[in-house]
Amino acid sequence: MIGIEHYIVVSALLFVLGVLGIFLNRKNIIVILMAIELILLSVNLQLVAFSAFLGDLVGQVFAMFVLTVAAAEAAVGLAILVIYFRGRGTIAVDDVDRLKG
Amino acid sequence: MSYASSLYLTGAEVGLSLFGLVLLLVSAWSGPRSGRLLTVVTVAALVAAAVFSAHLFGRASGGDAVVRAFGDLYRADAFGSFAKVLIYLATAAVLVVTPRFFAQVGGYRGEYPVLMLFNAVGMGMMVSASDLMTLYIGLEMSSLSSYILASFLRQDDRSAEAGLKYFVLGALASGIILYGVSLVYGFTGTTNYEGIRAAFDTNFSTGALFGVVFVLAGLAFKVSAVPFHMWTPDVYEGAPTPVTAFFASAPKVAAMGMLLRMAMDPFAGEVDSWRQIVIFAALASIVVGALGAISQQNLKRLLAYSSINNVGFILIGLAAATPAGVAGALTYLTIYVAMVVGSFTALLMLRDPTGNNLETFADISGLSTRRPALAWSLLAVMFSLAGIPPLFGFWGKFVVFQAAVQADLVALAAIGIAASVIGAFYYLKFIKVMFFDEPMREVEASSPMGHWAVLAICVAIISPLGYLLTIPLGEWTAQAAASFVAAM
Repeated sequence: MIGIEHYIVVSALLFVLGVLGIFLNRKNIIVILMAIELILLSVNLQLVAFSAFLGDLVGQVFAMFVLTVAAAEAAVGLAILVIYFRGRGTIAVDDVDRLKG
Repeated sequence: MSYASSLYLTGAEVGLSLFGLVLLLVSAWSGPRSGRLLTVVTVAALVAAAVFSAHLFGRASGGDAVVRAFGDLYRADAFGSFAKVLIYLATAAVLVVTPRFFAQVGGYRGEYPVLMLFNAVGMGMMVSASDLMTLYIGLEMSSLSSYILASFLRQDDRSAEAGLKYFVLGALASGIILYGVSLVYGFTGTTNYEGIRAAFDTNFSTGALFGVVFVLAGLAFKVSAVPFHMWTPDVYEGAPTPVTAFFASAPKVAAMGMLLRMAMDPFAGEVDSWRQIVIFAALASIVVGALGAISQQNLKRLLAYSSINNVGFILIGLAAATPAGVAGALTYLTIYVAMVVGSFTALLMLRDPTGNNLETFADISGLSTRRPALAWSLLAVMFSLAGIPPLFGFWGKFVVFQAAVQADLVALAAIGIAASVIGAFYYLKFIKVMFFDEPMREVEASSPMGHWAVLAICVAIISPLGYLLTIPLGEWTAQAAASFVAAM
């Protein structure tokens, strides 16, 4: 029988994978955007699992909000990435180094 | 709690959102030249929203007026209204000094004031939210428009890079907050602040503790407290200067207001479990902010470290976890907004004769001979940021340390005061460079009236004249802090 614990563990794993994807990735900013989506999806999974477990609808409504905001976030992120690429001609993570000190 | 009263309590935000939608259409219709006109209209709308929030503040601090809207998703209490007055006024002040900057570099469009407006709405929701869902929507509304504002100079590599960095780290912070929120929801069964508090009082499990820590870590990211401060200097340097001025003022108030409400309302029963984190973040922010600023040559980068440093002092007020601490943090925030807007306005007034913006220490050397009034104003603002007594910045530090001492955190206050001395070093560097070094650069001889007006108001607030405000400011912040005590 799959219980609430399994859902919590899976979403914790997805969350950790997402965070690692942001920090360990040295290649490509698109991968970072994917990692951010992974974090948001792990949260959604957890919200829906809790919602079903508690028999309370709030978690599912919250998941809807998160989905909507995630779409807007991806749009804004990709737009910024496009103007960045136009200026610099690269989207490699190691090249994002014009600002430091 | 009728629908009409809910709409009345959220009037400022509802009004601003509708107004923003209309402005968006106008700007789409009238093309790129409408920027200036829309800015004027937006400033008027923000001031009107501030006046309305002040009205709600008076109403809520009067006693037992209804402050909960939409089934307690939203509270227009004294705390939220006070923070909203600050947020709207700071946003309006920054907008006043914006168009001149873009007149030089180009690319000013009608979207800019509209984005600022939506950002302000999001920030208003953040400080008034009394439900995790409202909080999340407000936070994202403000963050998403901030990412766009940071990369607003599309042709400029630095601006695009600042936007990209801000987006990645901001989205990560939102994800961390959200993960914490989902844990808190799962272990309490509700997203309402009052419900969370009641659930924590009966049973505070390990899972809930994880949730609290995740939420606080994400919020620390948003206020740029150490150890989550890495993005601040890069974003502040790369973003267009008026946008940096905005980031350092209004969103700081909103994020700090949200953090104060979170810590003192739903998590108020668990002070012992979060106090250690806040104390560490406060001291680390003060020290890292002060040390990091020392070697900076770029003034925007220096002000970024200075804002990290100041966040540390505000967190000392939170660490006290008493009404006096919350009132102290709000007092500090009020003075901090005046100081930040003043310093960035002065920075925006520094131009070479062709109108290009100057932003390094080399550019302000010998400024006192070329622009004495500007040099003295900048000096006053910097001394106030350092907390040197005759200026009002001292009062902000005084009240937070007083609150910490009253809450038996004498060691914290002592270390904080000792560390604030380090900060004096780079503020003193301003005197040396502006008053004793040889002038190296020609600077533009005059500045627009709007800039002078904003700078004059900010300098008047932080000058010793500001002490006239101590009594009303003390009363207002005490009333604002009392909205949590009532909830306690």
